[in-house]
Amino acid sequence: MSDSVNQDWEVVIGLEIHAQLATRSKIFSGAATAYGAAPNTQASLVDLAYPGVLPVLNAEAVRMAVKFGLSIGATIAERSIFARKNYFYPDLPKGYQISQYEDPIVQRGTVAILLDDGVAKTVGITRAHLEEDAGKSLHEGLANASGIDLNRAGTPLLEIVSEPDMRSAKEAVAYMKKIHTLVRYLEICDGNMQEGSFRCDANVSVRPRGQATFGTRVEIKNLNSFRFVEKAIQYEVGRQIDVIDSGGRVVQETRLYDSDKHETRSMRSKEAANDYRYFPDPDLLPLVIDSSFIDAVRASLPELPDAKAARFATDFGLSAYDAGVLSASREIGAYFEAVIAEVGAPQAKLAANWVMGELSSALNRDGVEIDAARVSPAGLAGLIARIVDGTISGKLGKDVFEAMWADGGDADSVIAAKGLTQITDVAAIEAAIDAVIAANPKQLADYRAGKEKLFGFFVGQVMKAMAGKANPAQLNESLKAKLSGGHG
Amino acid sequence: MLHTLSIGELAELLTSKRLSSVELTQHFLARIERFNPSLNAVITQDAARSLAAAAAADARIGRGETGPLLGIPLIHKDIFCTDGMRTSCGSRMLDNFVAPYDATVVERLANAGMIMLGKANMDEFAMGSSNETSWYGPVRNPWDTSRVPGGSSGGSAAATAARFAPIATGTDTGGSIRQPAALTGITGIKPTYGRVSRYGMIAFASSLDQAGVFARSAADAAPVLQAMAGFDPKDSTSVDAPVPDYVAALRNPLAGLKIGLLAEFFEGLDPRNAALLEAALDVFRALGAETRAVSLPSLPLSVPTYYVVAPAECSSNLSRFDGVRFGYRCQDPKDLMDLYQRSRGEGFGAEVKRRIMTGTYVLSAGYFDAYYVKAQRVRQLITDEFRAAFGEVDLLLGATTPTPAFALGEKVDDPVTMYLNDVYTIGANLAGLPALSMPCGFIDGLPMGLQLIGPHFSEARVLNAAHQYQLRTDWHERRPRGYDA
Repeated sequence: MSDSVNQDWEVVIGLEIHAQLATRSKIFSGAATAYGAAPNTQASLVDLAYPGVLPVLNAEAVRMAVKFGLSIGATIAERSIFARKNYFYPDLPKGYQISQYEDPIVQRGTVAILLDDGVAKTVGITRAHLEEDAGKSLHEGLANASGIDLNRAGTPLLEIVSEPDMRSAKEAVAYMKKIHTLVRYLEICDGNMQEGSFRCDANVSVRPRGQATFGTRVEIKNLNSFRFVEKAIQYEVGRQIDVIDSGGRVVQETRLYDSDKHETRSMRSKEAANDYRYFPDPDLLPLVIDSSFIDAVRASLPELPDAKAARFATDFGLSAYDAGVLSASREIGAYFEAVIAEVGAPQAKLAANWVMGELSSALNRDGVEIDAARVSPAGLAGLIARIVDGTISGKLGKDVFEAMWADGGDADSVIAAKGLTQITDVAAIEAAIDAVIAANPKQLADYRAGKEKLFGFFVGQVMKAMAGKANPAQLNESLKAKLSGGHG
Repeated sequence: MLHTLSIGELAELLTSKRLSSVELTQHFLARIERFNPSLNAVITQDAARSLAAAAAADARIGRGETGPLLGIPLIHKDIFCTDGMRTSCGSRMLDNFVAPYDATVVERLANAGMIMLGKANMDEFAMGSSNETSWYGPVRNPWDTSRVPGGSSGGSAAATAARFAPIATGTDTGGSIRQPAALTGITGIKPTYGRVSRYGMIAFASSLDQAGVFARSAADAAPVLQAMAGFDPKDSTSVDAPVPDYVAALRNPLAGLKIGLLAEFFEGLDPRNAALLEAALDVFRALGAETRAVSLPSLPLSVPTYYVVAPAECSSNLSRFDGVRFGYRCQDPKDLMDLYQRSRGEGFGAEVKRRIMTGTYVLSAGYFDAYYVKAQRVRQLITDEFRAAFGEVDLLLGATTPTPAFALGEKVDDPVTMYLNDVYTIGANLAGLPALSMPCGFIDGLPMGLQLIGPHFSEARVLNAAHQYQLRTDWHERRPRGYDA
């Protein structure tokens, strides 16, 4: 079921994104946050909720939340409150999660997303609040028992809650990608979705087009890939429309997405929902943030993706699409700018094509990050320079790039080693043309009789004779003259 | 009669090496061994550990170190975590719990050279006013063993009154230091909320809990509080402000001190109780203090306010006792819900369960505004009225309790009557104020206490006023009979 084609129904989506903050220690204890340690080796007495221990807020987590808030033009609350969300579960050692409820640290911001048709859309962000993650229950490898790993307990999360502004699964994915880009730009989250560092819950409802009130919403929990977000929403939209079409009513509930079967299924209904009994945590004073702290964080902000894309478009004459791709991460933007620094702004479009083309496919093919690329910005710039000055053709450039990627070395040494230097010497080209013409009298006669399509045949023969190294422009010019009989 | 000496006198004997800390420790350990069976004030001991600490203190003294607390024994309320030693909080839930770390209070007093003789019995999770809710059985009042010592720090109070140690620690959430101090004829001080770290002190109601000291006199309490107080980076609610010299301030004259008499505390007061307070006021006036009437109209709401706020916080604080990681775990749980229900059902006593249920109720959707939010508003009102009163007077004076110690079993089945025993003490907790109780006479042969309440961070003034009173009276010197031999 595609959500973009339905004429009768409007889809309404809001996302709650959980971004794990990249602090070294936990939000309320000094234990490390590194992923993948042996179970319970990164759980301090505070994380284990031993009797008598108390939480102490990690200032770095606060700084990161403020960074995010400033980057979406939000209000940073002068005074925000930590609250307890009470429920019993073995992976929640205190029997409550410390979160923010009524007065979150980040309030009311926006981000712009670019849709496939090139239209920009603004998505509202209601709030972003700090909270601690829970531990994990382990059900495998234990006979007749469950294990608890509290390494993740107390890891700082920023929960980013959007307005119900998205109208399709694709918009939801575009929004989630935008937030993903933003948190990595800000270096507040590693964005690793496989390890659960970046995940979301989607609130989905449908309503007849033209209806002002929202339909009953369903929350889909714990989506940890862009593809799952898209698939889960599409499935859920179809399911809700089917329910209504067949005379039923959508029930407010929490559903889980099964990524094997590509369907959602009910987890708990609203009636069965917990009463979390939120109240302000008396162990933590209200978090007070003064303007000098905010100013200092503001001064530390990097250039943000939208600003970078706008600058690329203006300074280098790139399309909005290209500028968006090249600013999708700080690393790709830095790589691109390092290439431009060598080859000059007038070659920006050529540089952009190389970064988005050959370089990106090589990175994808080998599964490496751009900062570990086997061709450095200087290396790529050297290659582009040889194309610009006519030493090699763009086509040969791809072979040179592959050689540089595979074996290292700069463009000049690859060109020299492979003898790829383009031949622009008129005499050499004309000699080759003469030989080809002499060997093909019938084709010459046909050409001169008006079969001009044979021009390509002669180009091919000459190129073949010169091992592809002839300068194509020079070859064309000389060949035209010879074929028309200019010089005998 | 080492146990009748002040800690100043003991410190003098220790530093002059006329007495070793090991000898002093042995003396008190022998007293505990002899008299504790009839009082049940101390529930956990490790004599070898105490004597080793005493020997270490003697070594420090031998190296020329001095200090007002070096080598002085004390007893900790069993709410403070002690590394490697059972910390039960008076509950079956933690009967098997050996803390893996020291509370900040325990650590600071150990660093000051104090010797822990044992852990004191208490109401379960500090919930009670009579020490009858302990899993380890009731504590008895040394003045009359058919009566309660008060609670929740009843073991600490009875131990200090019977001279098992010169000092005991306690905690005070709604009067749990001052009420038992009054009922056992000793001095007890609860400092300003945030003055002493709560780290390692098992939480009952986090916004009200505060650690303090039991001693025979304000002069003995001052150096101990001095050592306990101060900012702790492990407790976000501890206050980062310098600690004044409480001992030096004891000598200040009281001339011009303005003492306010709370109308709400005197209304309907037992005439015998009122007479004791009048006599005490005469002493203060003779010291140059002035007295005047003060009113806090919202103060009578403090008991209902407290019994919303404290249970609400406790219902959440006690959620960690779930049978999963430490503490009591039921036999052969059949599933997770069974594990939770039976571990908590069997591990907690009736009063704790009553408060968890009350607290869960007042935080529930649909009741939160009517109870919790309203209670917080009244709490703010009471705090504001105290602040206004301290614009006019330096200290407030009143009774600590309405009556002397009651009989064991007398109120245990009537929680509301039991709760009303805290009517005079709860206000200081709600407002976070320092407050002290000290002996001021007897009713029917049982000790009574008077309470001094000061503005935030006025511990020096509170101790100073108490000390000046104690220089001119001897109520604090009275000891229960039968504990001297």
